[in-house]
Amino acid sequence: MADLRVNLLGKTLNGPVIGASGTYGYGVEYADMVDLTKLGGVCSKGLTLNGKPGNEGERLWETPSGLINSIGLQNPGVQHFIQHELPEMQTMGTAIFANLGGGCIEDYEEGTRLLNDTPVDFIELNISCPNVKHGGIAYGVKAESAKEVVSRVKAVCKKPLIVKLSPNAESIPEMAAACVEAGADALSLVNTFQAMAIDLERRQPVFKNVYAGLSGPAIRPIALRMVHQVCKTVKVPVIGLGGIATGRDALEFIMAGATAVQVGTANFADPKACNRITQEMAEWMDKNSVKTLEEIRGCCL
Amino acid sequence: MRALNCDCKVLENIRLNESICLLKAQWTDKDHCPKAGQFYMLRCWKQDEAPLLSRPISVHEWDAETQTISFLYEVRGEGTHKIAALKTGELLNLTGPAGNGWPVEQLLGKKVALVGGGIGTAPLYQLAKELAAKGEKPSYFAGFRDEPYRMEAFAPFCQTTALATDSGRFGHHGLVTELFDPKDFDVICCCGPTPMMKAVTKLALEAGTEVLVSLENKMACGIGACLGCTCHTKNNGAISVCKQGPVLKGEDVYG
Repeated sequence: MADLRVNLLGKTLNGPVIGASGTYGYGVEYADMVDLTKLGGVCSKGLTLNGKPGNEGERLWETPSGLINSIGLQNPGVQHFIQHELPEMQTMGTAIFANLGGGCIEDYEEGTRLLNDTPVDFIELNISCPNVKHGGIAYGVKAESAKEVVSRVKAVCKKPLIVKLSPNAESIPEMAAACVEAGADALSLVNTFQAMAIDLERRQPVFKNVYAGLSGPAIRPIALRMVHQVCKTVKVPVIGLGGIATGRDALEFIMAGATAVQVGTANFADPKACNRITQEMAEWMDKNSVKTLEEIRGCCL
Repeated sequence: MRALNCDCKVLENIRLNESICLLKAQWTDKDHCPKAGQFYMLRCWKQDEAPLLSRPISVHEWDAETQTISFLYEVRGEGTHKIAALKTGELLNLTGPAGNGWPVEQLLGKKVALVGGGIGTAPLYQLAKELAAKGEKPSYFAGFRDEPYRMEAFAPFCQTTALATDSGRFGHHGLVTELFDPKDFDVICCCGPTPMMKAVTKLALEAGTEVLVSLENKMACGIGACLGCTCHTKNNGAISVCKQGPVLKGEDVYG
C-alpha cells in the first residue's frame, strides 16, 4: 500500500489532499461525509482582520466544467475565527491552514499577529482574491507589491507562511520568485482566474462586480502549467490547485513538482471528493508500484 | 446534525404534467430523517459531468414508515432533465437532509396558512401532513400559472384549500394573495416566486401576522461551506440559506 503522507515544512500531513479555502468552510461542515483525518489539512475560508459580509447580488454562475464565484471574502473576522471556528477545526484531526486575506498591509500584519498564538499549523496568505477591491488581488498582480506585503507579514509571522498566488499575476515565475525572496516558506497556486458572465435577458453582467473568479476543471491545464513553471523557478514547497477532481489530476500536479494539492470546486460536485481523490491516487500508485509520492514528485520538471 | 451523502434507490419517478415530476427514493439512514422544509442536493450524473453542481430540491414528503422521500420538482434545466430521466431501481445521489426546515412545534396552537406558488408548493406538503398529524390542519392557498398539481393531495390534511391561476382556467382568476385575508391567521408559511413571497410578506406584516418564507437561492455545496447562497438579512446579518435557512422570517428577508 502506497504511503501518501507528505512532509510540508517539517509537519507530516496525513495525506496529499487539502481542502481548498472558500470551498471547505471550516472543515467541520464535511465531518459526517468525509474522513477528515485522511486529509492533508483544511484551509479556512479567507479571513480578514475585521470580517466581511461578502458581496451583494449573484454569487455563483456555472460554466462548462467551471464555476464562477463572487463571494467577496464573507467571513466573521480573525478574532471570531480564533474564538469560535478554530476550536471546532481542532477536533478534525488534520492540519489547519488559516487563510488570511484582505485589507491593507497593517491588517495583514495584525491578522498574522493574532494567529501567531493559536494552534493554527500554517498561515496561507491570500494575495489573490479577485472578488474584493481590497481582498489582496492588488498585491497579487504586481511582484513588487507582493514582495512588500509578504516581507512585512513574514517579519511578524511565527507560523510557517504559505503565500497563495493569483493566476492573474503579470508573470507567475517572477511573482513566485519575489514572494520566496520576501520570505514565503511555501507557495500555493492557483487561486481563481478573473472571468465574466453576461445575463442576456437583462443585458447586464451577471455579477455586481462585473468580474469574478473562475474555478473548476476548466482551469486545470492552465493551473498545471503555472505550477510547473513555479516549481521550475523556486526551491520552496509548492501546493498545487486548480480544477483537480480526480486522483489522476492530482498526480499530474505532483509530477509537475507540487508537494501537495488542494481540492476546491470538486467538493461541490462530490462532497467526498477529497477522500476519493486520495484513494484514487493510492490506487494508481499501487498499480504502478510507486511507494511514495517522492518517487514521482517533479518527474516532469 | 450534519448532512450525509449517499446513493439512494429510486422507487418511482412519474410525470404529473409536461414539466412537473414526482420522484420517490429510499432513504435508509434512520438516524438522519428529513423534516418538513428541509432539502437535499440531488445528483444522478458523474462528478465530472455537466452540470457541475448538484441540484437543491426540497422534501415534498417523508414517509417514516417506509423510509421514503418524495421530491416534487420542475424540469427546468440540464440537471432536472437528468433527474427526470431516472428510472425505478436506478440510483440518485443525495446530500442532506440540509437546512432548518419549518418550525413545526412553534406553529402548534396557531392558525396557520400555507401559501404556495407553483413549484414552491412542494415543501408545504410535508408541513401540512405534520401539522394535521398533530390535529391542527392548516389552510392552503395555492397559485399556479395555469394547470395546478397536487391540490387533491393537500386536501385531506387541510381545513380548506383554495386555488388561483394566472390563466383563469382553474380556480380564481388572479393572484394567490386575493384568496385570503392575513388577519385571519397567526402565521403564514410561504414558498413561491420571489415577487409572490415579497407581496405575501408585505400583506402579512401590514396585518400584524407572522410570516415565514422558504427561499430558493442558488447554492454550490448545500452544507454551509461555499457561502454562495448568502442572504443579507435585516436583523441577522449575512446568513447561509442552505444552513440557517431556507426558512426565514419574511420581515428579515423582505422587510
